[in-house]
Amino acid sequence: MLMIKPLEDILVVDFSQFLSGPSASLRLADLGARVIKVEKPETGDICRQLYVSNLIMNGDSSVFHAINRNKESFVADLKSEIGRNEVWELVKQADVVMHNFRPGVMERLGFDYEAVKLVNPEVVYGEISGYGDEGPWRDKPGQDLLVQSLSGLTGLSGNGDKGPVPMGIAIVDILTGAHLAQGIMACLVRKGISNVGGLVQVSMMESIVDFQFEVITTYFRDGGEPTVRSLKNNAHAYLGAPYGIYRTSNGYMAIAMASIPQLGELLNCPALLEYQEVASWFNERDQIKSILAKHLLGGTTEQWLAILEPADVWCSDVLTWEKLMQHEGFKVLDMIHEVTMGDGYRYRTTRCPIKIDGEYLLSKKGAPKLGEHTAAIIEEMLVKHTLGK
Amino acid sequence: MKPLENLVVLEFCQFMAGPSAGLRLADLGARVIKIERPGKGESGRQISIKNLFSGDDGIVFHTINRNKESYAADLKSPEDLKRIKKLIEQADVMTHNFRPGVMEKIGLDYETVKAINPRIVYGVVTGYGNKGPWASKPGQDLLLQSLSGLSYLSGDKNDAPTPFGLAVADMLCGAHFVQGILAALIRRGKTKAGALVEVSLLESIIDFQFEVITTYLNDGGKLPDRAMRGNGHAYLSAPYGVYKTKDRYLALAMEDLDTLGETLGCYELLEYKGSDSWFVYRDDIMRKLGLFLKERTTAEWLAILEPADIWCADILNYEEFLNHAGYKALQMEQETVTATGDRIRTTRCPIRIDGERLFSPKPAPMVGQHVKDIERDFNLSAGYGNAS
Repeated sequence: MLMIKPLEDILVVDFSQFLSGPSASLRLADLGARVIKVEKPETGDICRQLYVSNLIMNGDSSVFHAINRNKESFVADLKSEIGRNEVWELVKQADVVMHNFRPGVMERLGFDYEAVKLVNPEVVYGEISGYGDEGPWRDKPGQDLLVQSLSGLTGLSGNGDKGPVPMGIAIVDILTGAHLAQGIMACLVRKGISNVGGLVQVSMMESIVDFQFEVITTYFRDGGEPTVRSLKNNAHAYLGAPYGIYRTSNGYMAIAMASIPQLGELLNCPALLEYQEVASWFNERDQIKSILAKHLLGGTTEQWLAILEPADVWCSDVLTWEKLMQHEGFKVLDMIHEVTMGDGYRYRTTRCPIKIDGEYLLSKKGAPKLGEHTAAIIEEMLVKHTLGK
Repeated sequence: MKPLENLVVLEFCQFMAGPSAGLRLADLGARVIKIERPGKGESGRQISIKNLFSGDDGIVFHTINRNKESYAADLKSPEDLKRIKKLIEQADVMTHNFRPGVMEKIGLDYETVKAINPRIVYGVVTGYGNKGPWASKPGQDLLLQSLSGLSYLSGDKNDAPTPFGLAVADMLCGAHFVQGILAALIRRGKTKAGALVEVSLLESIIDFQFEVITTYLNDGGKLPDRAMRGNGHAYLSAPYGVYKTKDRYLALAMEDLDTLGETLGCYELLEYKGSDSWFVYRDDIMRKLGLFLKERTTAEWLAILEPADIWCADILNYEEFLNHAGYKALQMEQETVTATGDRIRTTRCPIRIDGERLFSPKPAPMVGQHVKDIERDFNLSAGYGNAS
């Protein structure tokens, strides 16, 4: 028997654009929900045109294809009466409604939580803002790099001799989307028990603060000392040596937490034996890392791993995607799958990372063309509507 | 009412990924009980950053394990195991991150547990899944970042691979774990049946890169190329990145170069015709823009750019950020008081439900701190073995 996907029969009406909201609805879709993207006429979700590396796939950007597979597209002009009426029919039948407009926009459009709740009291309504709905940042654009920059995050990566180093993926968007999905599903659990809906609100700024909870708590605890990255080989500003990535004679290798004298013995690097005090591994990490970095240049990654791995030191090679995808450790996961769009266009992308009852959550459905499902959904809604009467 | 009220979660997990999921479930209203070995407790208690402790436990442990209870049990002792099984009968969720085979040996693998409680949602976190050559490799965050290609996305073109300076694989995997568990609980509400939920650090850190990996899979396999200087994202066009100004730094996100050039009065930018060229000539553009932006202070540039709706921001350190009115307005902080009276200032759950922030003053537990309460609430000691 086929697995019943956990969110089967749940209808999500998603007004969101770009990455944060749509990444949440992708997760809900992969977990079994039916997700209908409500898009504006002509351009649709702005992400369709957000080309990266100048790549266009079947008319839309590659990132749009990654984020919006397994969804349907419904085009409606929210400023026209016909469009609004159609969307109201959708919203009435939805289990989940979500958006990521700036504060105030949904109220103007008329589909805010209070209005939706009137026609659909059990709805779970999710919204994402950049910075919450109060304070001086309220109307600032909720954009990933800006939130990284304001939140102190850029002081954590890269070496101490560099300026701010952003994390090179939209970490804020992705975490915010993950938190929205959590909040929505928590409310769906509650709805199953007590038949009440709920309002779920997340903001990009709160999500990126949460991501830094360990180090911000440390910052409070240490009396607010400045965040200092190690001069070289930094991988975590708050961890001691050897934690970092090191160059070898033929590539790179990573070493996580390890005892410095033990490393000295295993690698035959006597200078490291002097650091017997655990506290020195943090306090003198720049010296230790520089000794270690010089020493590791004298051998290949494979040579060093062959010594350290059997001794249970936490270490690894540093791979590019090309090397990763050739590796058996990656291949066994079947992380890459092919999806097909309504017009037959096929592309490869990754699957949902969660396994349920021993099975991967797979879907063959590619991203929708703008408005691809509008007509079918209208017909379906009208039928339901008529039958409902 | 918090959404997960009355749900009971048994957490056999250690370190970061699993316990961060337990924390989220706790903040959403579940009663989360850590099952720990007597005496030492979970291994995460010994982890310290900057050598900071409260009592015997690292501050990191306190941060990740607040709002939980602790039950001490030796899983190798038949008596203790019996009590644990009785607890499992009454639980909604249990989670662990033991290496493949360990729970089978103890006798708390999914099949056994399902026989005790068919409604349970049973969650497992691994490093790399349970098959293949990496299955027994240590599931440590930096190693996952290094193996997954992630370290080639941050930093500048000529930099060595640059990891994210936080445990990003752990955090994302914990987030996915919560999602899987909640989804299974939603289904259980309809079908009355539990589920097995599995996540791994490797799958989570690949999923995190889904946009750029999808690009890589469809652009003929071009490896990421970071900008020469001030790289913000290897796949995005100029001006995306960070720039030095006269006194500080400035971040610029996606922007139409013509608009940016006109607004700043940096007319060199107008020479790049068509948005394709903003990616192709990214290094040239960023270099020219960088020289231009050095002439004035960050505040001066923001005063020009913000009114023109150009996506830009100052770059703050923790001191500046955590004292900023924009941060304070979020009310992200709370204080927990440990059993020994130590006050720990930390952050709260980032999700708001029904307009309310989710606070919880409950501190991280000492090992076995709640044995008595739990034995009473779940009727563990009274005639176990033959009781109904």
